[in-house]
Amino acid sequence: MASLAVRRAKDSTIKAISTAFAVFALFLLAWILFTLIQKGLPALGLNVFTRITLPPGQNGGLLNAIVGSLIQIAIAMLIGTPIGLMAGTFLAENGKTTKVGHVARFVNDILLSAPSILVGLFVYTFLVAPLGGFSGWAGAIALAILVIPVVVRTTEDMLNLVPVGLREAAFALGAPQWKVVMLVTWRAAQAGIVTGILLAIARAAGETAPLLFTSLGNNSWSLDLSRPMASLPIAIYQYAGSPFDDWVSLAWAGALLITVGVLVLNILARLFLARTK
Amino acid sequence: MDATMSGAGNPAMGRAIGPIGSEKAVGRLSDRVFVASLWGSGIFVLVLLGLIIAMLFEGGLPAFQAFGLDFLWTAAWNPVTENFGALVMIYGTIFSAVIAVVIALPLSFGIAFFLSEIAPQALRKPIGVAIQLLAAVPSIIYGMWGFFIISPLMAAYVQPPLIDLLGPLPVIGFLFQGPALGGGMLTAGLIMAVMILPFITAMFVETLESVPPMLKESAYGVGGTTYEVYKNVSIPYGRTAMVGAVMLGLGRALGETMAVTFVIGNATRLSASLFAPGATIASTIANEFPEAAQGTLKLDSLLALGFILFVISFIVLALSRFLVRSNLKN
Repeated sequence: MASLAVRRAKDSTIKAISTAFAVFALFLLAWILFTLIQKGLPALGLNVFTRITLPPGQNGGLLNAIVGSLIQIAIAMLIGTPIGLMAGTFLAENGKTTKVGHVARFVNDILLSAPSILVGLFVYTFLVAPLGGFSGWAGAIALAILVIPVVVRTTEDMLNLVPVGLREAAFALGAPQWKVVMLVTWRAAQAGIVTGILLAIARAAGETAPLLFTSLGNNSWSLDLSRPMASLPIAIYQYAGSPFDDWVSLAWAGALLITVGVLVLNILARLFLARTK
Repeated sequence: MDATMSGAGNPAMGRAIGPIGSEKAVGRLSDRVFVASLWGSGIFVLVLLGLIIAMLFEGGLPAFQAFGLDFLWTAAWNPVTENFGALVMIYGTIFSAVIAVVIALPLSFGIAFFLSEIAPQALRKPIGVAIQLLAAVPSIIYGMWGFFIISPLMAAYVQPPLIDLLGPLPVIGFLFQGPALGGGMLTAGLIMAVMILPFITAMFVETLESVPPMLKESAYGVGGTTYEVYKNVSIPYGRTAMVGAVMLGLGRALGETMAVTFVIGNATRLSASLFAPGATIASTIANEFPEAAQGTLKLDSLLALGFILFVISFIVLALSRFLVRSNLKN
């Protein structure tokens, strides 16, 4: 065995390197945020929120993309939250040790990390191609499929933290299961469930790939969900790769908006959870 | 659960769970509906995955029929002659994801060591959360950052010296040849490394925290340094789950789309160099889909690519889950 001095030196070196790695990771986050602020803030004028996407040189904005994103996210959450909540409850309660439960838990873990672009392809082959067109509905459904596993996972985890005694007490009073779940278990796990929903919104807000083949994007003002619908990530994708300087600036402004939104949601979710623990 | 008593006698209880037993028949029916919808939602999740696999397979079937299994190892992607093969994309997908893991792994080991052993207790949480935020940044943002910031830096400062230094070497030289374009396989791997780093680190930290204190204290007791305990006690204890964490990172990198599409160059020809433009399955689908009309062999081939990606991701993610869970059970 090496001498104590050598072992101590090695220990300090590795500690220094590990600390440097952690500092580097924080630096990367700061670098990304700095880039977004530096390039996005100057482009973030009032026009971004009041004007729709226009041809280069016409001082366009991102209004239709922002509204389109909000509509699709809202519908995705309206579809995905109840299904996710129920499926998560199933995994924590009735299906906990059943075969269906085990397989569903496994499948949900796969869905959670599965490539999001394949969800887009799936919705394309399942809805867009047979129904004959890209639409806001298709985009919202693709996002809903991404939202479900996030809600399922957090709901199950949070319900598992609720003491069995609480459920037993409610059952002992003669309450039917739906009352036990809705008025006792869900209420006890409320903060955690809300955290999961916030994280799911954050995930849906940043996804680009699943919208490429579903809601497609739309450069004019449209609230019609049966037609192609604009969204912030798609507009950013389209503009960032364009040769026009004003479009690229708008892409940065949009990128800043999305990132700030997503990070704020993430931090809120964590604070929410920490406060109630 | 035939309760005859009523909760109305106790006001506190009444507020908490409402009148009990007073609407027995209604209650029983709504309970049945409720339980059925619980089961229905659980089964829905199962069906969803099955549907995704089935639809991708069905969509890609014409391509598999046209090219047979040769589709897997043909390096052609020619929309004009309608000759398609997946080799270039499969290679690009796996190669770029492996680069990402190779870069992210040592960083994750270091950061996990820092977060679980070195950092002052008060700083662990905030630093850990900040690193987790790297995972929350949307992938299109990584794409823009990679395209506008990292690629030019790679072209100016990283690729030229590597080409000059390592390009002429025998055996490994071919990896470092070609022009310094900024993008390519290495840049894509680098960006993805940043994206998967938080996932791997978080699971490493979780595993390290599950090591029984007694084990570590015994090792300290015989005079081990912090690093020696980390390397010889903590890591071996959590080895299986840590391999699972790495597999999860790999699985995420395999399917990454937007960040890669921005920097990889989207060239559908085979090239071994780390700096040459390439393509992954996901980037090819994102990039070529707008030009693939319905009913064409090109669209079928893209769906077949999607199916292949699904199969690869599924295997990697399933393996990851198996490893992580088996460790947690012990």
